[in-house]
Amino acid sequence: MTESVETSALTPLPGQGAPAGQTGTVVRSTVLKRLFRNPLGIIAMVILLGMALLAVFAHVLAPFDENFANISKTLAAPDSVNILGTDSSGRDVWSRLLFGAQLTLLSALLCAAVAIAIGLPAGLLAGYYAGKFEAVSNWIVSILMSLPGLIVLLTIRAAFGPSVWIAMIAFGILISPSYFRLTRSAVQSVRNELYVDAARVSGLSDLSIITRHIFSVVRAPIIIQTAAIAGVAIAIQSGLEFLGLGDPAKATWGVMLSEGFKNVYLTPTLLFWPALAMALTIGALVLLGNAIRDALEDGEKIKHRKKPVKGTDKRTTAAPAPARQSRYAVAPAVDAGTEHHLVKVTHLGVGYPQADGSIKKVVDDVSFHVDRGEILGIVGESGSGKSQTAFSILGLLPDTARIVAGSIQFEGNYTAAPGEDVVNQGRLSKLRGKRISYIPQEPMSNLDPAFTIGYQLVTPMVRVLGIPKAEATSRAMKLLSDVGIVNPKRTFDAYPHEVSGGMAQRVLIAGAISCEPDLVIADEPTTALDVSVQADVLDLIRELRSRLNIGVILVTHNFGVVADLCDRVVVMQNGRLVEEGTVRNILRNPQETYTQVLLGSMLEGKEPMSMLVSSTAKGAAS
Amino acid sequence: MIRFILKRLGSGLVVLFAVSVLTFFLLYISSGSIARNILGDQATPEQLAVKEAELGLDQPMPVRYFSWLTGALRGDLGTSWFTSEPVANALATRIPVTMTMVFAAMILIAIIATLIGVAAAVKRGWVDRVVQIGAIIGDSIPGFVIGIILVTVLAIQLGLFPATSTISPGAPASAWVLSLTLPVIALLINGVTGGAQQIRSAVIKQLERDYVRTLRSRGIGEGEILSRHVLRSAAPAGLTVLSLQLIGMLGGVVIIEQIFALPGMGPLAVAATSQTDLPVVMGVVMYTVAVVITVNLIVDLLNGWLNPKVRAS
Amino acid sequence: MSATVATDPATGPAGERESLLRVDNLVVEYPSKGFRARPFRALTDINISIGQGETLGLVGESGSGKTTLGRAVLGLAPVTGGKITFEGRDISHASRKQRRVLSRDLQVVFQDPYTSLNPALEIGDILAEPLGVQGKPPAEARKRVRELLDQVGLPADAIHRLPREFSGGQRQRVAIARALALSPKLIVCDEPVSALDLTTQARVLDLFLQIQQDTGVSYLFVSHDLDVVRHISHRVAVMYHGGIVEQGPADVVTRDPEHPYTQRLLLASPVPDPDRQEQRRADRHRLLEIQRMQDEQAVALA
Repeated sequence: MTESVETSALTPLPGQGAPAGQTGTVVRSTVLKRLFRNPLGIIAMVILLGMALLAVFAHVLAPFDENFANISKTLAAPDSVNILGTDSSGRDVWSRLLFGAQLTLLSALLCAAVAIAIGLPAGLLAGYYAGKFEAVSNWIVSILMSLPGLIVLLTIRAAFGPSVWIAMIAFGILISPSYFRLTRSAVQSVRNELYVDAARVSGLSDLSIITRHIFSVVRAPIIIQTAAIAGVAIAIQSGLEFLGLGDPAKATWGVMLSEGFKNVYLTPTLLFWPALAMALTIGALVLLGNAIRDALEDGEKIKHRKKPVKGTDKRTTAAPAPARQSRYAVAPAVDAGTEHHLVKVTHLGVGYPQADGSIKKVVDDVSFHVDRGEILGIVGESGSGKSQTAFSILGLLPDTARIVAGSIQFEGNYTAAPGEDVVNQGRLSKLRGKRISYIPQEPMSNLDPAFTIGYQLVTPMVRVLGIPKAEATSRAMKLLSDVGIVNPKRTFDAYPHEVSGGMAQRVLIAGAISCEPDLVIADEPTTALDVSVQADVLDLIRELRSRLNIGVILVTHNFGVVADLCDRVVVMQNGRLVEEGTVRNILRNPQETYTQVLLGSMLEGKEPMSMLVSSTAKGAAS
Repeated sequence: MIRFILKRLGSGLVVLFAVSVLTFFLLYISSGSIARNILGDQATPEQLAVKEAELGLDQPMPVRYFSWLTGALRGDLGTSWFTSEPVANALATRIPVTMTMVFAAMILIAIIATLIGVAAAVKRGWVDRVVQIGAIIGDSIPGFVIGIILVTVLAIQLGLFPATSTISPGAPASAWVLSLTLPVIALLINGVTGGAQQIRSAVIKQLERDYVRTLRSRGIGEGEILSRHVLRSAAPAGLTVLSLQLIGMLGGVVIIEQIFALPGMGPLAVAATSQTDLPVVMGVVMYTVAVVITVNLIVDLLNGWLNPKVRAS
Repeated sequence: MSATVATDPATGPAGERESLLRVDNLVVEYPSKGFRARPFRALTDINISIGQGETLGLVGESGSGKTTLGRAVLGLAPVTGGKITFEGRDISHASRKQRRVLSRDLQVVFQDPYTSLNPALEIGDILAEPLGVQGKPPAEARKRVRELLDQVGLPADAIHRLPREFSGGQRQRVAIARALALSPKLIVCDEPVSALDLTTQARVLDLFLQIQQDTGVSYLFVSHDLDVVRHISHRVAVMYHGGIVEQGPADVVTRDPEHPYTQRLLLASPVPDPDRQEQRRADRHRLLEIQRMQDEQAVALA
């Protein structure tokens, strides 16, 4: 067995999947389990089940017929015979409420069924085959969606008379676009997934692909949507009845509301019961939809805690941490003799509070420094905490992150002093952009698509340096040509979607150096680029370092990039610092096993077709 | 940009035409003996035949549609079968009331929902919780039930507002405000709770995008990031929500007007429906759909203005 | 440009005569959006062949068409010209039914192990899918699934787990097992290690080599990484702008390329040693300078 590293990862990380003991369960059952653990979900299901039972057994439970009128006993208060009283014609409110539930729930079901029967298949076909069918469907959908529901129902009433069922079928057709759009976009996102391609390569028929791979994706959203649609159907059906446009021979909640409203000066309680029944039913549907959505959104979601528990679950720090220091408080002085470092990270720990009160650490006891004119590489695999370390220096960790130990200082001042549990934004916001800047990994997603590249270069200079716009514009032009863009004017005027990825990365580098920072933090700046563009970008960063004498922190997983640029290297694994040294020492003479394993995995210089890790690759097969 | 506008305008007109054909044929094909409906059960076959000829019902459907269409293009939507009032006139006297309410509600929804939604997205914590709970409550109670509750409690029990309207086109502004306050509130509550929820999630989605982090790293302040970048990117989602709510409100307002006894389009539409006064029904449908198409066109244009990529294509 | 390789024993056992897959003058075009727009030509005049037990590495940068070539072989991209022959049969326009038969011999491993497995299906069902299509009885399929898990070094209890419970490397093993299920003769590997960490990449490459040793399967191995292609391939083809600019024995193409583009590609990928990388950087700058001057001369002469 040679798979120790990988197989150990078989035990899922907390919050990453089902507990290890839960083998053999299918997704649906875990979703159901989560649903049954949600108190609101249970309440909703109980209410709906109760309503359904009342409706089904209405003829048994109701003491009177829905239209039986006792003329001598109108608008009566509740008593032992009429437990909720009677209406203006002397009809029993409780009985009418029950028969109303029957009709209301059935009509909601009919409406949802019609909408699904039309929207689902149409959405599947339009999403999977696209083309003409989709174009035509989209056109019909755009018409249906611009028709106000109640107005259409008035038309239907005028044309076909006061039938609840015709009204609900019409409303089902009218509302079917919501299923159509839901299904179509779900299918579109799945259609190009690689697992559908794999199924096609296996020769699976279109029908099998749709039922097996695509229907499973839309199933849950359909259920959620149905809860919402049923609620809307109840509301609109009652509205129609309230207007007096329904079948006068039928008891419905809408008719009862209308009846109550006519007698609002005499017996306002007549309004109360149907309104309550409607609000309860629709509310339960809404809650159920929400609960299913929550159950589907995995267990990964961390509940928002009011305040992260401090001190107790934190790593013991030297002194008991004072309550979170005010952002204007004067930071303590840094250790003597370390003021000259551009940036210094000392025993840094970064963690995320979990729902159970514990803290999940992603960076643990990491220390290093960077000086002016120096490039430090932080190397590690995914999950090593290298990016989290970089973002804590920038002060751009997610809101939920906490500094659980250690400190960060910049030019002899703390940006995160010992004992502070978040980075001091007051101090960092004065440094960010001006003294510390950032080059991201993915060029395209890091430019705002709605603004020109010029705007995105000029504005930070105007804000941070306080220079006039004209001066910032001419500086931006110069920067663009400095980073090797041949036609700066054209790029300046372009929107991000009009330039290539390599070009966008040059723009982001120009932005990073626009305010002449002292420290640049580059997070995998070349990972998304082709090698020839990567080589150019590396040349650019090297040239900037020597020209501007800036310090650079380069986060990367690529030892070639490290060899090309870095002076010193920090190797990280699982949030911890494994080894630190000069680039030659680390690459040629690594001391730690992990560094050796990493370098051993490099292909460069290996005998082609030789086994890299061991003589047998498949573990305990023999 | 001109091409973009013309294209949208053209497709809007096509939709309007399609709806008119659909509605016309639906209404006239299936609604039984119209003349008997008007004249009552005692009418003789001769009387019925005369009435049908008078209404043009003896003509084949396409001819009838064509004459309706040529009339409509000249602004003549026909005459009510029961009151003999021209449909266009009837609509013209009632539209001011209805549209004042709908657009007042829409503007208020846009402002209030944006403020609440953004606050919930940025502050999270209790604001967020209130918005979430509000959305559930808002979704649970239909707008007209809210209207009934408002009338019962605020107007009838507490006497703070008039329970039924006192307005006419010539009434003073104060009477309008007083009469329309409760109906507008009833109209907008669902919109505010639902809209705030949607705007909240759109803003959160934008705040999580990579470029927001990069803007922060460039030293741009939170306020500017929010107002210039995040809100702008979240706006298309918000506009779509708003246009869908407008469509819903055009239906909802019918019931609200009935509850508050307002002289708007609602009572006209309800009466026409129960009497099968088809020219009036047809007029109401065409008017509301035209409003929807106009608003959707404006939303499309705003989206194009906000998003350079849409504009280009 | 050398196309015949049978003479060189180091480059693999196959030659032209018994090639498993042949692609002749292949053209792939995608219809463009818009009225009367010219279709987008993704591949132009592609000629490759792969013998039994041989690996052809396909290297190029983004947009070079290397992935499209793999997809065309699999029937996932439209063939507008030329011919794809598999075991002597023309499969350029194979129907879904023919593909079903073909899938016994021709399989795929995709780049992204996160989207190439249906998140809603258990690993056992994912692996049984190709077996079910071929009409294998469930009991037999289950037995085969267990063999497969063993073959790719995954524990047997993986059968009842969901993809999300596995790391990227393990998911890629599942994808490889799915490709192996029907004991195919050729596997198209589309950047199968690009999304993996360095150490995981090494293990998965080992697995690919081991499987080839054990089963004699052929690979069409697509990658942007010259080092990966050099390591795993017998022969290498370099793609640029939808065409093949150079192909030949892996050692020659990846160490001493003839074509200026391949030369640039080679010198652009950095080596993990500061001094050798400094040398390579200098070589690259010199090469770019020379090529630029040559281009200028060519323009001046023309």
